[in-house]
Amino acid sequence: MSLDVFLQNVANSITLGSLYALIAIGYTMVYGIIRLINFAHADLLMVAAYIAFYGILVFTLPWYVSFAIAIVLTTLLGVSIERVAYRPLRSAPRISVLISAIGVSFLLENLGIVALGARPKPFPRPEDLVWNIQIGNISFLSLTIIIPVVTIILLIMVTYMVKKTKMGIAMRAVSRDFETSSLMAVDVNKVIAATFAVGSSLAAVGGIMWSMQYPQVDPLMGVFPGLKCFIAAVMGGIGSIPGAMIGGFVLGICEVMLVGFMPELSGYRDAFAFVVLILILLFRPGGILGENVVEKV
Amino acid sequence: MQMLRIEDLHVYYGGIHALKGISLEVPENKIITLIGANGAGKSTTLRAICNQVPAASGKIYFEGEDITGLPTVDIVKKGITLVPEGRRIFSNLTVMENLQMGAYARKDKAGINQDLQKVFDIFPRLKEREWQVAGTLSGGEQQMLAIGRALMSRPRLLMMDEPSLGLAPLLVKEVFRVIMDIHKDGMTILLIEQNATAALHIADYGYVLETGTITLQGPGRELAENEQVKKAYLGKA
Repeated sequence: MSLDVFLQNVANSITLGSLYALIAIGYTMVYGIIRLINFAHADLLMVAAYIAFYGILVFTLPWYVSFAIAIVLTTLLGVSIERVAYRPLRSAPRISVLISAIGVSFLLENLGIVALGARPKPFPRPEDLVWNIQIGNISFLSLTIIIPVVTIILLIMVTYMVKKTKMGIAMRAVSRDFETSSLMAVDVNKVIAATFAVGSSLAAVGGIMWSMQYPQVDPLMGVFPGLKCFIAAVMGGIGSIPGAMIGGFVLGICEVMLVGFMPELSGYRDAFAFVVLILILLFRPGGILGENVVEKV
Repeated sequence: MQMLRIEDLHVYYGGIHALKGISLEVPENKIITLIGANGAGKSTTLRAICNQVPAASGKIYFEGEDITGLPTVDIVKKGITLVPEGRRIFSNLTVMENLQMGAYARKDKAGINQDLQKVFDIFPRLKEREWQVAGTLSGGEQQMLAIGRALMSRPRLLMMDEPSLGLAPLLVKEVFRVIMDIHKDGMTILLIEQNATAALHIADYGYVLETGTITLQGPGRELAENEQVKKAYLGKA
């Protein structure tokens, strides 16, 4: 492999890793606080991408207005899903909530197929954001820089929020003990809603950047990225925010490098993530940063 | 003036009639204790006051206001704070963050800092371990943190559920000394204890709970001298 191609691969892998990291945080935060794998999280990418798509193409809004609307509406959707599909099941067995999450996911996907059509549509890349950069023999898209930069800014913001703000401390407290949190006058439902809002808005940004990087939208576009980000979250240690970031980057980088170094295996690209998942579950079920704690009875 | 008044409270807990119509009063600036064997309903009483378990019937008044059935969060905001059984500190948070959680409902920054100083004065050990993750504290330190956290809400009524449970004798003494100190500062306290001797010794008034019913009551020292109580709870014949 020539140096140029290698650098190209490095750039691609970091971009993909950024997107995974951004989306994986939503899984890990929600799991951390209510011990739920929120399957509907993946479909929020799709919703955000479609809102941005229609905003630009149908309502001919400037890209930034359209993106902003997509982020706000997707966040609202994420919070509403929690309110309607998960909160009523708060004291139900965990499996019930999980089934509810799978139901919401199927609903969004199939609603998308019925209402928007199953055929993929090309995503209109805003010219302000996407252009070619040429350095020597390597040419790459501006997105290769924009996506990691936006991701890192957001990751820093989330880390600050969780570590330093009152709401962040409350999130960590609630994730440990609902009952005692409410004894501190913490409105547990409000804190859970805030957690969903943060995760959903990150998924929205991820979805929009995803559809610029791989410029098409379809109702099932969230499924595979969603699964992989879930794997990234498990890999990093589900419930751990730095874990999800690391897991996302590691998975993205490995995936691109695998294809880069062994092009004959490129057909197994998606399978690779699942192999990683199986290995992690076999040898380090707590993930890279997770605590290997025994499940409380 | 009565700060807390419970009238004929019934609670069902996991299919068991845990409280069968208890009535009690907590006057302002007093230490009231509730003693009784395991499963008598002591913790249930405190949990019912905070509405962590629903009252089936009966009334709970706080400073003259009916608080029966209010959400836990609102009850805490009115000034009732519970130091729960088993400490229940947030083991993943630092000592400082635990104390901040105690003050969650408050907005008066100056007052919070003042109370933080007060808590550190009472428990210098917590000051030393300010940035340590609470899960790494010893049992005694965790109990101090649980009490400190409760004080951070600046409660009008402090309820404590078995604060000396599982502590070494020296630490038990320390906990009771702290309870007295807090009380001298004007705090009204409702205390549950297995260590009935110590509890009755510091309490102004005590209630004896037996399988969900109050069977005896009286000033702390009188109860401590009561033959029945001695036999059942104080391990003296």
